[in-house]
Amino acid sequence: MGSRPNLCSGRVFYGLISVCEPPRGAGAEMTKVESLASPSIHAEERAREADHPSSPVAKFGPDRPLKLDCGIDLSPFQIAYQTYGKLNADRSNAILVFHALTGDQHAANIHPVTGKPGWWETMIGPGRPLDTDRYFVICSNVIGGCMGSTGPASTNPATGKLWGLDFPIITIPDMVRAQTMLIDRLGIETLFCVVGGSMGGMQALQWTAAYPERVFSALAVACSTRHSAQNIAFHELGRQAVMADPDWHHGRYFEQGTHPHRGLGVARMAAHITYLSDAALHRKFGRRMQDRDLPTFSFDADFQVESYLRHQGSSFVERFDANSYLYLTRAMDYFDIAADHDGVLARAFRGIKTRFCVVSFTSDWLFPTSESRALVHALNASNARVSFAEIETDRGHDAFLLDVPEFFDISRAFLQSAGTARGLTRAGG
Amino acid sequence: MTMQQQVLPLSGDAPRNSENYRSDHLLVAGMVERGSKVLDVGCGDGDLLQLLESRGIDGRGIELSREGVNRCVAKGLAVVQGDADTDLVNYPDDAFDYVILSQTLQATRQPRTVLENLLRIGRRAIVSFPNFGFWRMRLQLLIGGHMPRTENLPATWYDTPNIHFCTIKDFVQLCDEINVKMERAVALDLYGRPLRLNAPWWFWNMFGEQGVFLLSRAEKTK
Repeated sequence: MGSRPNLCSGRVFYGLISVCEPPRGAGAEMTKVESLASPSIHAEERAREADHPSSPVAKFGPDRPLKLDCGIDLSPFQIAYQTYGKLNADRSNAILVFHALTGDQHAANIHPVTGKPGWWETMIGPGRPLDTDRYFVICSNVIGGCMGSTGPASTNPATGKLWGLDFPIITIPDMVRAQTMLIDRLGIETLFCVVGGSMGGMQALQWTAAYPERVFSALAVACSTRHSAQNIAFHELGRQAVMADPDWHHGRYFEQGTHPHRGLGVARMAAHITYLSDAALHRKFGRRMQDRDLPTFSFDADFQVESYLRHQGSSFVERFDANSYLYLTRAMDYFDIAADHDGVLARAFRGIKTRFCVVSFTSDWLFPTSESRALVHALNASNARVSFAEIETDRGHDAFLLDVPEFFDISRAFLQSAGTARGLTRAGG
Repeated sequence: MTMQQQVLPLSGDAPRNSENYRSDHLLVAGMVERGSKVLDVGCGDGDLLQLLESRGIDGRGIELSREGVNRCVAKGLAVVQGDADTDLVNYPDDAFDYVILSQTLQATRQPRTVLENLLRIGRRAIVSFPNFGFWRMRLQLLIGGHMPRTENLPATWYDTPNIHFCTIKDFVQLCDEINVKMERAVALDLYGRPLRLNAPWWFWNMFGEQGVFLLSRAEKTK
């Protein structure tokens, strides 16, 4: 299975490898033990973005609290967001895009902290599937995130200190409830489409289940209506890694001038393996050595795959807050649409008019096709208009972020067809 | 090769010249009332669904092959990957005005169960299938002594997906058995032209290359 020629160049994904020199074992000591590369060079920028993002912000005062599932009213709070394209006169061409676990609102612009292109540049832009000449694309940072929407890395106005673990536990429905307030603020009654992959797909599905009349169409990619036991287990592994780091200081690391970069890095390394596939790892790295011909007989990163993972871990901690990682993984764990509807998924979508397109990838073992199929069965039972495509690729869960032409074709056609049904003209009017 | 070229005409665009459509598709589409809701089981590349949507019909599809599904979805059609034998049970009763099974019945494992499901999900069903009683089929078996193969059914016996061939006569018998009402029946000749309406069944069974049936639930008699 693994050696099938790949349709797509590894441009986006493996670009990281070619652009950034992976960390090397320093020197030739035989017993060199290299932990993850340390301090976050972007710490200050990251802290500033959490309260004062460089993107637009919608602020909600004491009169507009966010009612959280845990029973707490969060107030005041803010949502940081980006928009691309123009809202038409009918306000009928708005697409809300949701980011995944470690993404943010910078979907199609240069990231203010890392300086890298947006995480979905391949999907969003003029002539792209989410065509900004035609649609008004909005992407907001989720509540609990660390790029400008209120979360554990934000300042708690009641204390003047960062929230840390005092921040209430949030859920996917909480994120979506906050997004409805943002959409209200932007003066949009009905969204033309909600689009997201992974945790973003969960938000898209939550929108359709909770606010079906406000969503004309939904594109849910590599996701599920509930987080599986295995996925919860992986998240717990990541959280424990963060909390086991002595630099975590029970979530008050910012007051100690530290950041649990080792724990968060390990969490990211473990998670990153789940985003790939055995076949993709084998194809790209195999058992090849990193800048050496022979084993060093040490715990240095002899193998390319080790070097790659370490790089993934250390580059992630530079841009992401450790506490935020705890909160967002928790939100995914709690997600279960059927549980909110007497355990019957189809009830969540009863009588729904929203047009759905569900996409999965053959090699995605984190959100396997069987999960998408269960969703599709529930939508069929609810008489919903649904398209479902499983795309063959060996690139695992991350395929939704990569250059997979078949995925682009399907997304484009789904939106065009929905646009025709919605009466959108080519110019977006 | 550009993506633009791959996007085919969608509902609302100018319908294609009807000569581009297969004659059995045109016949099937002619049986469907405008504005109705249709499920096409085994929709292949979605040609029939596109024809239906161009006529203002709300069409959905199920297709077994992943390639077929993805081509349909890339045309903007509401198609899901699924198996007529196992996935029809997921649809609620009376979900559609019509359920179409075009050239697929002979490839199902349980044709009878599938047929019953069609008329549970839809108020009406339209079924078309190749007639194994067609004279050329009979001749190949009688004279040639081998399993028949035609331009429309070129697969050899050992790799054909068609495991349940039947004749028009067989199908009519099954409909009687499971209490299905035949509202309309048409037999098409080798060139896709309807045979004479007033011809007797044996004539259709001999000279019809395929049969197209519009079915509905018979009144419960007992």
